[in-house]
Amino acid sequence: MTGSDTELEAQIAEWRTYMLRRKAISGADVDELEDHLRERVGDLTESGLRPDEAFLIAVKRMGRMDELSREFAREHSDRLWKQLVLDPDRDAAADAERRRGLVVMLVCAALGVAAIKIPALFGYGFDESGEFYARNLGLLVLAPLAVYFAWRRRLNAAATGTVAALFVVGAVAVNAYPMDGDSQSIVLSAIHLPLALWFVVGVAYAGGEWRSGQKRMDFIRFTGEWFIYFVLIGLGGGVLTAFTVGVFGAIGVDAEVFISEWLMPCGAAAAVVVAAWLVEAKQSVIENMAPVLTRVFTPLFAVTLVAVLVAIGVTTNAIDVERDMLIMFDLLLAVVLGLVLYSISARDAAAKPGVFDWMQLALVVSALLIDILVLIAILGRITEWGFTPNKSAALGENLVLFVNLAWTAWLYIAIIRRRKRFALLENWQTGYMPVYAAWAGVVVLAFPPLFSFT
Amino acid sequence: MHIAKDLVAASATPLVLGILAEEESYGYAILKEISDRSGGRLEWTEGLLYPLLHRLERLGYVESSWRTPEGGRRRKYYAITEDGQRELAEQRKQWAAVTDALQDIWKATRTLGPLAPPVLEG
Repeated sequence: MTGSDTELEAQIAEWRTYMLRRKAISGADVDELEDHLRERVGDLTESGLRPDEAFLIAVKRMGRMDELSREFAREHSDRLWKQLVLDPDRDAAADAERRRGLVVMLVCAALGVAAIKIPALFGYGFDESGEFYARNLGLLVLAPLAVYFAWRRRLNAAATGTVAALFVVGAVAVNAYPMDGDSQSIVLSAIHLPLALWFVVGVAYAGGEWRSGQKRMDFIRFTGEWFIYFVLIGLGGGVLTAFTVGVFGAIGVDAEVFISEWLMPCGAAAAVVVAAWLVEAKQSVIENMAPVLTRVFTPLFAVTLVAVLVAIGVTTNAIDVERDMLIMFDLLLAVVLGLVLYSISARDAAAKPGVFDWMQLALVVSALLIDILVLIAILGRITEWGFTPNKSAALGENLVLFVNLAWTAWLYIAIIRRRKRFALLENWQTGYMPVYAAWAGVVVLAFPPLFSFT
Repeated sequence: MHIAKDLVAASATPLVLGILAEEESYGYAILKEISDRSGGRLEWTEGLLYPLLHRLERLGYVESSWRTPEGGRRRKYYAITEDGQRELAEQRKQWAAVTDALQDIWKATRTLGPLAPPVLEG
């Protein structure tokens, strides 16, 4: 009977995970219900049923989960709003940890605000010194975030040293290189330094275990969720700003300097840390949102990309490779990768391939074709006009994305034809992450001297 | 026989408190007890029992503790408190009043009741 016993254990474990997703039912309640379930399964098997039959009947008797959870919600309505502020379980240790997280978050958010305002003491006001902030903005807002994770994860000395050293290298590179304020190099640095530093933050996020594929996947999820929270906070901040301007305008006080020098930079800097804290504190709230957004936008993006390809085919217009256009195409491809990554992270690796996977494949393949067209356009420009920092960076980025998309498409075909396991795709994506970090690092560190700081 | 929802809800608290007044117990056993005592006519769902137990605990009528009996699983036991005893006594009085009144009325209306149709003469 051990075979059916392990099967029963597996079924109960699965039932538990479903129950734990219900916000109104806390972990302790699930323990209590599990005991109940086991008791009933025991009684039913004694009366002659097989364990799997007994399990089915016991679960059926317990009533539909929705109803059960509604009854729990009625009694524990507090949990429904509390989970917006705090987690439902109230273990003392978890409480202390949460309070610590809150304190660390507040300190690091304050650090972020300080980092963004201290340069003003030395004459670098937020409004006047655009060039200084172009160089350093990523550094100033991401350093407090790295501190936050190093602190939360109790990072060991070696990892802390590595993270700090990478930040210092980035800071030295952007500030010591003699780049003109209007050179291509400085714009590239302004874009790529935050990207490179984001991966450094990832090392702190992973608690130093950046080699672990699981941790990398967590960081990918974190990135998407952080972005959602940051945008939400930004929207709220926009409303606040509009009211501030309007209300003070109504009483004849000009609030614009306050807003542009204080409210917006400080708010944004603090929001970087607050969003990170929210992701961790309210994990389950967003977990429901990102997969939904992915599901909604995957078909829409697939249709859009196919439409672009059709339009290019019909008009035979080449892709314009000006800087803004290149950035837009890179962003588009990055969004496509994001959609793929998100659906991978939310997908049940054991599920059979379905319609959605075909949609994903269509998305990846059309992104791949667009990437090839962009690459052709860039190469054409480079053979005609020679290498410039912008075109080289764009070439590199598109090649990096091309390799990823091509292999992703290949793996996806194999998965849909059931030749390969889904986990391979996940491994490929997490394994590829250092390539992005390395390329961003190369653009920041090696490009300016290579192109004599133009 | 189907017992109306309102009646099940109204009798739930005294039933649970009454069972716990005899001895402390846990969810599944309480459910079985209620089914046995009513001859299977009261079939409670878990969605009724556990939220009720949690509410009684919040009100201070019962207290719970997680214990592991020897060779058994960790289990949550409920025991009645002094407040619970008082509440039970109070509910008992109220139920006695209701059932007394009902009994009285049943007796008076026995001949008119649907249980005993009038004998037709002719």
